[in-house]
Amino acid sequence: MYVAVKGGEAAISHSLELLADKRRGARSITELSLEQIDQQLGLAVDRVMTEGSCYDRLLAALAIKQARGDLVEAIFLLRAYRTTLPRFGDSLPIDTTEMLAERRISATFKDVPGGQVLGPTFDYTHRLLDFSLAAAGERPPAPTAPTDSVVPVPRVGDILQRDGLLEPPPQQADQEADNAEDLTRQPLLLPASRPLRLQNLARGDEGFLLALGYSTQRGYGNNHPFVGEIRYGSVPVSFVPEELGFAIEIAEIEVTECDMVNQFAGSHDKPPQFTRGYGLAFGHAERKAMAMALVDRALRAEELAESTTSPAQDEEFVLAHSDNVEASGFVQHLKLPHYVDFQSELVTVRALREEVEKRNREAALGAAALGKAAE
Amino acid sequence: MQDASRDSGVESQAYNYAYLDEQTKRMIRRAILKAVAVPGYQVPFGGREMPLPYGWGTGGIQVTAAIVGRDDVLKVIDQGADDTTNAVSIRRFFAKVAGVATTTRTDEATIIQTRHRVPETPLAEGQIIVFQVPIPEPLRMLEPRETETRTLHALSEYGVMQVSLYESIARHGRIAKTYNYPVMVNGRYIMSPSPIPKFDNPKLDRSPALQLYGAGREKRIYAVPPHTPVKSLDFDDHPFEIERWDECCAVCGARDSFLDEVIVDDTGKRMFVCSDTDWCERRR
Amino acid sequence: MTPILSASGLTKRFGNRAACRDVGFELWPGEVLGIVGESGSGKTTLLNCLAGRLRPESGSVVYDSAAYGPVDVHDLSEARRRLLSRTEWGFVNQDARDGLRMGVSAGANIGERLMAVGARHYGDIRRTAAEWLERVEIEQDRLDDRPTTYSGGMRQRLQIARNLVSHPRLVLMDEPTGGLDVSVQARILDLLRGLVERLHLSAVLVTHDLGVARLLTHRLMVMQGGRVVEQGLTDQVLDDPQDAYTQMLVASILPV
Repeated sequence: MYVAVKGGEAAISHSLELLADKRRGARSITELSLEQIDQQLGLAVDRVMTEGSCYDRLLAALAIKQARGDLVEAIFLLRAYRTTLPRFGDSLPIDTTEMLAERRISATFKDVPGGQVLGPTFDYTHRLLDFSLAAAGERPPAPTAPTDSVVPVPRVGDILQRDGLLEPPPQQADQEADNAEDLTRQPLLLPASRPLRLQNLARGDEGFLLALGYSTQRGYGNNHPFVGEIRYGSVPVSFVPEELGFAIEIAEIEVTECDMVNQFAGSHDKPPQFTRGYGLAFGHAERKAMAMALVDRALRAEELAESTTSPAQDEEFVLAHSDNVEASGFVQHLKLPHYVDFQSELVTVRALREEVEKRNREAALGAAALGKAAE
Repeated sequence: MQDASRDSGVESQAYNYAYLDEQTKRMIRRAILKAVAVPGYQVPFGGREMPLPYGWGTGGIQVTAAIVGRDDVLKVIDQGADDTTNAVSIRRFFAKVAGVATTTRTDEATIIQTRHRVPETPLAEGQIIVFQVPIPEPLRMLEPRETETRTLHALSEYGVMQVSLYESIARHGRIAKTYNYPVMVNGRYIMSPSPIPKFDNPKLDRSPALQLYGAGREKRIYAVPPHTPVKSLDFDDHPFEIERWDECCAVCGARDSFLDEVIVDDTGKRMFVCSDTDWCERRR
Repeated sequence: MTPILSASGLTKRFGNRAACRDVGFELWPGEVLGIVGESGSGKTTLLNCLAGRLRPESGSVVYDSAAYGPVDVHDLSEARRRLLSRTEWGFVNQDARDGLRMGVSAGANIGERLMAVGARHYGDIRRTAAEWLERVEIEQDRLDDRPTTYSGGMRQRLQIARNLVSHPRLVLMDEPTGGLDVSVQARILDLLRGLVERLHLSAVLVTHDLGVARLLTHRLMVMQGGRVVEQGLTDQVLDDPQDAYTQMLVASILPV
């Protein structure tokens, strides 16, 4: 006699145990520590913080460890944790002109005030696998410049803007902390304001934005981008507690910022200016910040009265599909049982097939009868 | 983070009752009230990331978390069954974060959270049924743009939906939609009843229970208050019809419930069993 | 008697360029008004302003509706404008694909306006759609085919049927036979002329082809560089043009 399959609870328990076992891997190998992940897989930690919308290196490291290195899964873990954190209020906007930049470059001018500071980057490496890394070994520390040489430097964008060559940042976010829009607290309604658009892109999947940004460069809505400036370094975060009534510094975070300088726009009465695209990420994440800036500018096409023809310029398409936690959930949810709906489809398909076969049988009989009558 | 060795698993944290903080619950309840006031209208809400993935019922979970109280009795089903893995997972979640009593008996539950089915046992006044919804917009497959579908609902411009039903008849001789079958609520809004089989649509019409629909990923909540007319769309000469089987349930003999088809051996032998496990058990 | 459509002082700019400038006219019930000119003359811009698809910088368009009386087309609520465009108005696009749902059958295309205002009997909708296919001279057995399987001429006929099924009072047409083969054009022009007469339609027809204007229109407006340079009865304008530009246009038609 058929007995309904039971024991879902036990099966789930065993599945979780198996997963924990796989996560640990061979017991003869040293277990990873959060500090190791934070220090030696730092760029993975940066990505998880950026797309997880939460700046905490060790939490991100923990998420990466728990997710066995699957960064999208780690981002999900961090976001879910973030939901439970109490909120004290909004900080003041960070000011990246205050940044002590470890790296700062501009492609629009050969030299800029403050200089081209190369910093730590893969850009000048040759992509040859370095087998010496296979074994642990100590490296001598890198030489450092004297501390007083690291000072805040002016932004290339501000310089261009002062001359009127570059438009001011579009639709400045409301400076009043209380009125700040927050994509993690309210639904995204279209058309989107600039703050919500940028929040969506900052949290958006790096791969998705990279592909879209790339597509604009290949002609799908090209906006002639130049890197006005990329800077990476730490900035202070300030907060005004109600009890004090004045701002105090509560943290220092590392960010990567990209200012793209794009296709100029103007009209009969208004002299043309270059336009902007903006990207920002936690930690050191140039690819993300640049892709974000390209897509930000592409999504301004309608605002700048350009013809919108490509996917990167389609606000609804880009903003609805940029979130990899949403995307991963919905794609993978297909693994859940769908047999009831499938059963409905089976019933209908069978009925339709029966109708077609019946029609064909009747047609065949009719033809046979005609054939006989003709004899 | 001060203490790297602190266990940050869900179990050891002190979470608010039913996981969500009170402000979030208030926000969701406001959305629910708006939804109940305008039956079938999709209310946007600030959905949160939950410990289960999008697509696994985060909308339903947020609705339940916002309304559940210590005196409630919760039933959770998926595909009509209490013991499918996702139903088990959600039930465990609420038992843990809300300490709420759970049951598999439909008639004993005050809140029923469901994925893809309506229980066979008729619901009563005072019960709340919470549906997990993947795509809240019934016009989505006909018109991908949210900006346009919003306008269509506001202006009651539903021609495009009727066109799709016409087309189905022209192509298949009948309306071939079998689940997620669109309905007109209170004579005003077209609504997606979630991917329940059309077999279950009639249960929604003038139900004495409160129907709440939660879409977590799309961040929409909608509702049908008790005793509201819910009419499945059709044509006068092609009226709405539910599925029927020649077979009855192999376990309890029921002829009037939705049957799951189970393949029993590798010659393809099949048997049919009630999808609603509680209904089936009670009849045996 | 009130004009069914009247425009006054219509001006529409794109950036610096005035695509149409200070245009005005009155259209009476049962009349077909032609707007002719070369490409770039502003005639399509004007048509789109009349239809409410483009908002002019100045001027007004007043339509005498059956549902609400005289209304300023650009002051209408979105809801009313959309309703009128599905019931009392028709718009025949130059490219039929812009005026059809290419992914659904011909029957669904024609039936849509009926369904949009509440028709709920499949058999009746289908029968009405089949009748209209016949009226626009398409074989009825093509009722379930999609417009992707139709020729250009057939798509244009289908677009016409889709518009006329709701018995509109005013039809705007943008080069309805443009891009079609000469013999196909001739048949569609004949069809249009017959339908306009039989259904007492009022219409505004944009065309660069003076032959089309001669065949279909009662009155003619000649546009050049966004302005109306001459208007009057079609035969008079074409046989005895007063303005130099009109004279040049008329003279440049090769006698066939």
